[in-house]
Amino acid sequence: MMRASRKRRLVIAGVLVTGVSVAVLLTLLALRENINLFYSPSQVVAGEVVEGSYFRIGGMVVDGSVRRNPDDLQVSFDLTDTAETVTVHYSGILPDLFREGQGIVALGRLEDHGFRADQVLAKHDENYMPPEVSEALKAANRQPYAPAATGGGS
Amino acid sequence: MIPELGHFALVLALVLGLVLAVLPLVGAQRGISTWIALARPAAQSQLLLIAFSYACLTAAFLGSDFSVAYVANHSNSQLPLIYRISGVWGGHEGSLLLWVLILSLWMGAVTVFSRSIPDPMTARVLAVMGMISVGFLLFMIFTSNPFERMFPVPREGRDLNPLLQDIGLAVHPPMLYLGYVGFSVVFSFAIAAMIQGRFDAAWARWSRPWTNAAWMFLTVGIALGSWWAYYELGWGGWWFWDPVENASFMPWLIGTALIHSLAATEKRGVFKAWTILLAVLAFSLSLLGTFLVRSGVLVSVHAFATDPSRGVFILIFLGLVIGGSLLLYAWRVPGIISHVTFSPLSREGALLLNNVFLGVLCFSVLLGTLYPLILDALNLGKISVGPPYFDLVFSIIGIPMTVLIGVGALLRWKKDRFSRVHTTVWSLGAASLAAGGLVPAMMPFYSAAAGLGVAAGSFVVLLSVWGVLDRTRRGQRRAGLSATPGWFYGMTCAHIGVGMFIVGVTLTTVYNVERDVRLGKNESYVIHDYEFVFRGTSGGDGPNYRYIRGQFDVYRENHLVTRLFPEKRTYLVQQNPMTEAAISPGWTRDLYVALGEPLDDRDTWAVRIYYKPFIRWIWAGALAMALGGLIGAADRRYRRKQSSMQAAGSPGTA
Repeated sequence: MMRASRKRRLVIAGVLVTGVSVAVLLTLLALRENINLFYSPSQVVAGEVVEGSYFRIGGMVVDGSVRRNPDDLQVSFDLTDTAETVTVHYSGILPDLFREGQGIVALGRLEDHGFRADQVLAKHDENYMPPEVSEALKAANRQPYAPAATGGGS
Repeated sequence: MIPELGHFALVLALVLGLVLAVLPLVGAQRGISTWIALARPAAQSQLLLIAFSYACLTAAFLGSDFSVAYVANHSNSQLPLIYRISGVWGGHEGSLLLWVLILSLWMGAVTVFSRSIPDPMTARVLAVMGMISVGFLLFMIFTSNPFERMFPVPREGRDLNPLLQDIGLAVHPPMLYLGYVGFSVVFSFAIAAMIQGRFDAAWARWSRPWTNAAWMFLTVGIALGSWWAYYELGWGGWWFWDPVENASFMPWLIGTALIHSLAATEKRGVFKAWTILLAVLAFSLSLLGTFLVRSGVLVSVHAFATDPSRGVFILIFLGLVIGGSLLLYAWRVPGIISHVTFSPLSREGALLLNNVFLGVLCFSVLLGTLYPLILDALNLGKISVGPPYFDLVFSIIGIPMTVLIGVGALLRWKKDRFSRVHTTVWSLGAASLAAGGLVPAMMPFYSAAAGLGVAAGSFVVLLSVWGVLDRTRRGQRRAGLSATPGWFYGMTCAHIGVGMFIVGVTLTTVYNVERDVRLGKNESYVIHDYEFVFRGTSGGDGPNYRYIRGQFDVYRENHLVTRLFPEKRTYLVQQNPMTEAAISPGWTRDLYVALGEPLDDRDTWAVRIYYKPFIRWIWAGALAMALGGLIGAADRRYRRKQSSMQAAGSPGTA
């Protein structure tokens, strides 16, 4: 009797341990496959990005650089960290807070004519600067970025 | 004067909290009945003080007292009344006050609904909750005082973030907090049981309705947040795997595991140590959620606070609570051994597997949420973990889980034979597969993935319904139905909710159509049978914003289905543009239109047109789950006075 219940427990414990390990392993694998790295325009220009990889790029939208195609929703703009500039192409509607001079993050990959974005993110706060972007700006420029400088006070 | 009174009430509440945290606990250990008797009145007085303080802050909002910095930063004289009331929790300090108020409300509820529980136990529980209140009150008084004055007094307030000026988000935080903080009750029961050193089924029995109630609020809170994101953010998604969403989802997953584990502990006396650990984890994750959102360590739409000193305080508090309770656990719990055995194929076995699945899911969310933060903190690079990771993990674990939910609920305690249920499982399984084969055939195109999801969802629903019928087969149906206990209906309702949720998620994901299009006046765009005709825009003024309103006439087979009026708003104070989508809701589809931006001066616009099939099933499913939690919490069994010995010894009924 005792033996049977002990054996049963062992089976349960064994199944659990194997199951959990397999699940954790799969989770870690899935995580490794689905991480998006962040690069600044300087890093992109310097060729640090692995070819064909899907990544995030962040910087400030250059004033006067937004060009919209009149016939469809193709739009392109220049993204800068003040040292280097990368042209971003996007098709669709930009977020409410996308403005020239604003810090944004785009998700996509490099192609021949620049960066092809699937997603453009601008946060719902005019003074907000994505932390990656403000750091990239700091790294690229000796001048630390002060968010209030372009946001317009409120 | 009123703000000072509110502040003073908070300080008094802190003093009372200190008394509550110490005396009843010592009294319960030493058997000093006067000190034990102190717990209820102390908790109730603390509730009155905090409620008064909360009323003072609300009064400052209603009276637009901009000398209070918090009011000046989160209100405006043009702000509509309802958002002045909800504006109280529109920022960091006020939401903390709401957190503490809700903690007090739960404590008040414990003082009222604990008549069947021995007084020393109630005293310990209230003392532990008192400790939590001390931590939060200290935090508020020293780092985040909502009553701080501001000089010179600004003439006008900076207004509430326009995103928060919405009824969905007005109700979302209180619901979420009711859930988060509600887990403090079961946490306190677990701590009290550990302090007392008694782990019989009694503590599990007392904790169950509280856990159910907290879980219900959390479910509603998360669903509201998802619904709000869907219509207010203007992207039409219902879940973004944003760290802030994950922060509320993790305690939900562990809370769900806890509900199931508590059932096994109460009925069969198994998983005692594990249940205690889950209770500790559920509340710890709730605190972590508060920390993640409130400390500014995450950056997302929800993270309004960015003061690191606050983060450090919460981190220390978090360390004390989690570390302290885990130490207590390590010290007290190893002694308990369940002498109960069960076969792998039994309800216990199914509940165990359920806990494993939920635990792994929670772990994967925790990993995906914290991994980028840890890498960033160690300067190992900036990464983000996107939806593909979470989607992959959840779809892999989701399928076996649905089978488990369906079959597990049918199994009997202790030992069961598959031959007893196999006819049901196979025949209803076949029916579900048939549903999975048929439903995609009625959709615009055929998808095996959609079929699989519909089959999984139907399987859960069919087996849950069959579970109720099964109980009533012998003898009269009506008598059987009324003899079936409330918790069983609660479980059935929640499981049906899970099934609806799965169907909704699958069909929305596979068949949703999202188009960004360029539309001139009287031009149209067709999605499936629906023709969206753009009739142009007109402008106007709202209470505290200006708007441009578009009109879209939607036709199906040349009949007008609906008229949609999406808006582009500019809030006057903060000058932020806001997109107000227009949605025509339905059980089988939502039609969703949002204005992008004007493309020329002849009223040509970039327009977002979405077709979202079955998306309402997602929230309807969540509401059914919450309703199940409510039915479970209201089960009369929990309110009956019963000695702990009896409860511990009674064998479970299937």
